[in-house]
Amino acid sequence: MRRFWFSTLVFMLAVSLVVPPLVNGQESVLDKIKKRGRLVCGVYGGLPGFSFLSQDGTWSGFDVDYCRAVAAAVLGDPDKVEFVPLKTPERFPALQTGEIDVLIRNTTWTLTRDTQVGADFAPPTFYDGQGFMVHKKHGIIALEELAGASICVTAGSTTELNLADTMRALGVDFKPVVFEEIDTLYNSYEQERCDVVTSDKSQLAARRNVLKNPEDHVILDVTISKEPLGPVTIHGDNKWNDVVSWVVYATFFAEEHGITQSNVGTYKSKNPEIGRFLGETGDMGGKLGLSEDWARQVIAAVGHYGEIFDRNLTPIGLPRGVNKPWTQGGLLYAMPFR
Amino acid sequence: MEERAPNPVIKPPTESKGILRWLKENLFNTWYNALFTLLAIVFLYVAFKGILTWAFTEANWGVIPANLQIFLVGAYPREEIWRVWIVIYTLGLLLGLSSGIWGGLALRLALVIGAVGGGVGIILAFFPTAFFNRFGLLGGVALLAVSLFLGRGRQRLRPWVLGGWLLSFPWTMIWLHGFAGLPTVLTSNWGGLLLTLILAAVGIVVSFPLGVLLALGRRSNLPAIKWVSTAYIETVRGVPLVTILFMAQIMVPIFLPDFRIDKILRAMLGITLFSAAYMAENVRGGLQAIPKGQHEAAHALGLNYPLTMLLIILPQALRSVIPAIVGQFISLFKDTSLVTVIGLLDLLGIAKTVIANPDWLGLQAEVYLFAAVIYFVFSYFMSYISQKIEDALGVG
Repeated sequence: MRRFWFSTLVFMLAVSLVVPPLVNGQESVLDKIKKRGRLVCGVYGGLPGFSFLSQDGTWSGFDVDYCRAVAAAVLGDPDKVEFVPLKTPERFPALQTGEIDVLIRNTTWTLTRDTQVGADFAPPTFYDGQGFMVHKKHGIIALEELAGASICVTAGSTTELNLADTMRALGVDFKPVVFEEIDTLYNSYEQERCDVVTSDKSQLAARRNVLKNPEDHVILDVTISKEPLGPVTIHGDNKWNDVVSWVVYATFFAEEHGITQSNVGTYKSKNPEIGRFLGETGDMGGKLGLSEDWARQVIAAVGHYGEIFDRNLTPIGLPRGVNKPWTQGGLLYAMPFR
Repeated sequence: MEERAPNPVIKPPTESKGILRWLKENLFNTWYNALFTLLAIVFLYVAFKGILTWAFTEANWGVIPANLQIFLVGAYPREEIWRVWIVIYTLGLLLGLSSGIWGGLALRLALVIGAVGGGVGIILAFFPTAFFNRFGLLGGVALLAVSLFLGRGRQRLRPWVLGGWLLSFPWTMIWLHGFAGLPTVLTSNWGGLLLTLILAAVGIVVSFPLGVLLALGRRSNLPAIKWVSTAYIETVRGVPLVTILFMAQIMVPIFLPDFRIDKILRAMLGITLFSAAYMAENVRGGLQAIPKGQHEAAHALGLNYPLTMLLIILPQALRSVIPAIVGQFISLFKDTSLVTVIGLLDLLGIAKTVIANPDWLGLQAEVYLFAAVIYFVFSYFMSYISQKIEDALGVG
């Protein structure tokens, strides 16, 4: 009897480990959303500037705006979104099981995630990277000057590993001061228990803003890791991934050409590519399985990339950095609308 | 013969003493007590000086009233909040009628809730917000009072009120979710204190009968029932609640791909099933305290098993384990905050999202303190009620 129970347990465990990512061969998520009349979007749910519940009970933030943009493209209404706050361990299972249609939650695009966890990535909407913040009075501008400095870092994170790797490569000795909690990390830094604090630059900028005297702290120019953050869809649903990708490209394209939330309704141009973008010619919408004016809807709902950025990330003190159109020396590059 | 002086009349000891007298008798009656008192004062001063200075000079309490709506109902749409008020009024009406009809404990419950609600209502009335936010709560207290007087002596309303309580829960869920012409409010929009209270209420109301059944099952003479109950209790008690919540959130959808169960429903199931196992052991403790003679006496009277349990055993058993059961309820109430780890925005989840709002970055101390006070008020309320139940049953 005992043996029977034991083997049942082992069997169930084995099943749970080998359950493959569920690929919905028959029906694209796109069609499901149209049938349901609502996009289900997985977000972080408490990340400054990216997604949070604002005072009137509506969601706002950079990631939230991308959810709304996708809803506008598919359903013609940016408000037809159900937001599902997700914690780190449940975000990929939620995507695999179809709990959510798209995951827009500061998820870094890596090879392992692209191949092993049943996820497909759309173009990154935000290029983050690990940086350093120092007390201005120390006058430090480069990592080489940090010899002997104490550096605040969160425990067990890739942040900690990146820090160790970089400093070893530079041959700089330092003293790590490790914390579990983000709040205590920045409190300790402010109380000068360490000279430097390291984390993703977006977080550094947001936190710098709420230190007692933000001007007394400098974020160094150097970036020691790549964190491309973007929307994620279920692996194997190319039709749906195409839609999400081109919504992202639409926000890039509109910024390249100065098509804004306020002028998109009346925008006129002789440029045939803009004509195709606005749905006047070329049946771009039909090829994606969307309406002809999908890109117009996206821009009318949330504006172009720069507007989304300015609305959500500029207030928390984030500089555009590399998150600029390629025409201005940034990394945002829309594929041709042809 | 000598005339004896009449006995001097001795005054009865005075009940009330002056504050100075009290201080002298209780805090400074001996030199070492005086020393301890002084030390305690110094300690309290050191401990609270920082907190009080912070609370009155540095803290930015503006974050609380500004976000009060989402603290209370989360992402529940503003134009539908009247539905939450209707729920509060319905419960107020039921409570008022019950306290009028039954008096006793229900009356005390109503008075405490009325007093607290009235106090908070008066404070709210001074906030320059929307009309309903200001006076809604006072209206609820008034309704409570009116229904209390209406219910007095109307014994024939009893079955109706009982039926009302039974239906109140499913009705609340359907009403908040929306039906027929009412716009649907998805459960992913339910949050804040509303969600915390719903999770706790479901957990308490459902896990209690389930726990009693499991306890009886574990003491059953039928091996199948006995072993299933025991296995269930021991398995669930051997697993942390967080694990069960994660299982419900991540594994259930993998095993049942075509069958979507609502996220909040899954959390409710997890909390309830978890709590039932602990409840069962609490109840079993009470059952074991009942002497065998009680069973035998019930048999001698010709009562069958269900009647023995319902009329003889359970009333005595439950009475003796009220503190343990209420302790379990209080811990269940606080455990609902664990749903933040599966991304539900209960009171604690809302606190976390509020401090992510760029307008209120860095105010975690104020926000968490506010959440803690709310948790304390509700926990203490439950504890208070349990004391009153014990008094009423003469256990205390």
